[in-house]
Amino acid sequence: MKTKNNLFENFVHGVFLILGLITVGCVLLISIYLIVSGIPAIREIGLIEFLFGTEWASTAAEPKYGILPFILTSVYGTGGAILIGVPVGFLTAVYLAKIAPKRVKQVIEQAVSLLAGIPSVVYGLVGMMVLVPGVRKLFNIPDGASLLSAIIVLAVMILPSIIKMSITALEAVPKEYEDASLALGATPEETYFRVSVPAAKSGIAAAVVMGVGRAIGEAMAVMMVAGNAPNMPDSLFQSVRFLTTAVASEMSYSSGLQKQALFSIALVLFLFIMLINAALNFFLKGEKKS
Amino acid sequence: MISTKRRIYHHLVRFGMYLATGLTAGLTLFLVLYVLFKGIPNITWELLSTKPSYLADRIGILPDILNTIYIIIATLAIVLPLGVGAAIYLTEYASNKKVVSIIEYAAETLSGIPSIIYGLVGMLMFANNFGTSLLSGALTLVIMNLPTIMRNTQESLKTVPQSYREGAFGLGAGKWRVIRTVVLPNCLDGVITGCILSVGRILGESAALLFTAGFAHNINGFFEGLGGSGATLTVALYVYAKEQGEFGVAFAIAAILMVLALAINMSASLVTKYFGRKNNIV
Amino acid sequence: MKKVVSIALIAALALSLAACSQSDSLAGSVATDGSTSMEKVIGALGESFMEQNDGVNFTYNPTGSSAGISAVLEGRCDIGLSSRALKAEEESQGLVGTVLAYDGIAMIVNPENTVEDMTLEQIAAVYTGEITNWSELGGADSEIVLIGREAGSGTRGGFEEITGTEDQCQYRQELTSTGDVITAVAQNPNAIGYASLASVKDTVKAVKVEGVTPSEETVKDGSYLIQRPFVLVTKADTALSETAQAFFDYATKGEANEIIASAGVVPAN
Repeated sequence: MKTKNNLFENFVHGVFLILGLITVGCVLLISIYLIVSGIPAIREIGLIEFLFGTEWASTAAEPKYGILPFILTSVYGTGGAILIGVPVGFLTAVYLAKIAPKRVKQVIEQAVSLLAGIPSVVYGLVGMMVLVPGVRKLFNIPDGASLLSAIIVLAVMILPSIIKMSITALEAVPKEYEDASLALGATPEETYFRVSVPAAKSGIAAAVVMGVGRAIGEAMAVMMVAGNAPNMPDSLFQSVRFLTTAVASEMSYSSGLQKQALFSIALVLFLFIMLINAALNFFLKGEKKS
Repeated sequence: MISTKRRIYHHLVRFGMYLATGLTAGLTLFLVLYVLFKGIPNITWELLSTKPSYLADRIGILPDILNTIYIIIATLAIVLPLGVGAAIYLTEYASNKKVVSIIEYAAETLSGIPSIIYGLVGMLMFANNFGTSLLSGALTLVIMNLPTIMRNTQESLKTVPQSYREGAFGLGAGKWRVIRTVVLPNCLDGVITGCILSVGRILGESAALLFTAGFAHNINGFFEGLGGSGATLTVALYVYAKEQGEFGVAFAIAAILMVLALAINMSASLVTKYFGRKNNIV
Repeated sequence: MKKVVSIALIAALALSLAACSQSDSLAGSVATDGSTSMEKVIGALGESFMEQNDGVNFTYNPTGSSAGISAVLEGRCDIGLSSRALKAEEESQGLVGTVLAYDGIAMIVNPENTVEDMTLEQIAAVYTGEITNWSELGGADSEIVLIGREAGSGTRGGFEEITGTEDQCQYRQELTSTGDVITAVAQNPNAIGYASLASVKDTVKAVKVEGVTPSEETVKDGSYLIQRPFVLVTKADTALSETAQAFFDYATKGEANEIIASAGVVPAN
């Protein structure tokens, strides 16, 4: 009887072990699939030419597969979104976490959650109808579908994650720190920005890194506002293609080496994301320690 | 007395914070109102109750509504046992700290992977085997939502008092029995929150579904529907806006999605309130 | 009396059932894949074909002409849809093209644009970047924004071949569908694009080419120069399934010409 029971318990244990390891399995599977399907084109094109080639002409008579324009666009686009999104999100977070009256805080937190829940295609749609024509008229340029439009859409899209994570980090700062600073005669503003914020810096850094991850991985909203020509991103007003949109825009009709090259682009994007994840993990650990 | 420099700093910082918060709130308000204002006039009974027809020159989104419901049901049916099981393993069984941290790191990695990559891998893993179908789309979404379900369940399992378990063990119950009768019923709130958040994510997903579930607009039953290609509301919105230039329909779908997003937010906070737990997991 | 009525009823029922099953002998599916320009015509054909044959499932996957051609070649669909004539190398791979209809490629500009007429030479010069300002064509003094389609599009293939601008076009935007091009042009007063004449809406203006207004008549008599065929692509050595063959005949033997014409293109047969 006892052994039977033990057998059963062991069996259940085994089942849960498998379930527990399923996330690890998924990550491994995704990595393997991307590496296996991404490597062949890189080998055929040549790593240097693939990563640093400045021209992408996948269906020309003599195809060229250089993805530097996409890499730079993704980097600039993400950088721009961070440049706009982080100050706005950070200041909002400090206000909500430390100063805002309870009611105001509740209402705006709800609004931020809603912002996070809006599908990216809706951002893309509004961007297409409002932002693109707006950018064209405002800057008097021939066409508004550009890097700038994409940056603005991305900046709005990363706001919720930055605000939410920063609030969590700021609220975790021990009250004693702030009390001490206030007792020494600092104004509330000085206290929040010179005591609370430095104390929460790991968490805020994690928020920024998370924003980077979201921005670099967004495809659909960007696809609807960036114009999608594979140009080098020389100016804010140029029509550009991101790593994500390069994959999305050609996938449905590609074949042969072109298709394999798209998988290679996905692999490059995946490597970026893994780096960002590692950084995120590093900052989150730092927050736990402090 | 506060020096002028400090007073300027004070006002500058205040102004910055008000400006930023106002911008955030204003943007949200604008987005919601704009989409509802442009979308609601285009929602008609005919749009909601028919499928698109070239002969009648008419667009209907009933197939897309059905597809969305099907894919939500299928995804949750598969992801729930997996995610809850993984959470139970982590909190009830795993004793090796290293294993736990590896699993948690993997879950974090999964939630950081962009949907376009899920779309590609889903195409390779599922669509190439089961065809471009709602089933392939659902399986892709399962992997995407695994961390959400797992982490929410895990958080709520952690709040089940250790004394409950000890009491049950003391009465001679086996581990599985304890889990089934004591632990599981107490993590219901986490499971429900996880489900609500997952539904929100599925509703908003498009990049992962384009190459796995495709974009057909056919009216089918549940099982037949799973086997065939189909567009969800979000994918349909993309196709109507970007590929066909039918902005009336696109805004109508956007308004529907906006209302659903509002509803999901409200129900998530209701669940949190009802179970009295502060929920910080996104 | 009652008996007679019921017998008559049963007989009528049986007859109608038999009649039904006769006309519904087709079952199975027809899968088509390819050109986004052909969406309207193939969608209408598929729908009316399904209405006539209850058990048939007709699918259309809008991917682009080249994708549709390779889909037939790899056996991923029954009939490929191409909005350009097959290339010699494609025919040598064992593919056969059957022309379904002719369609014009309209040069579209924003309704605000005052330019009404362009020559083929001017169009080529605009797309290769030799002419960059509308004032050089008699329009407003503003930079021309070139909107084009993605590589692999039949419309782009047809357009670049006819204007002799292959691989030389300096596109500002490369969009992936016919509707997208029309939207982009409708929103931008400086834009010019090309799109299937059948799909052109009132939100944009189609200019004359060499003095000829694009229309079904001018496409039919050949006086409108930028036109291309809509082609059904099949494999030469493999027979279509019964259902797919029935659809093929329905579409190409003149029976469905009214539907083809109502989609805004000129039936070929």
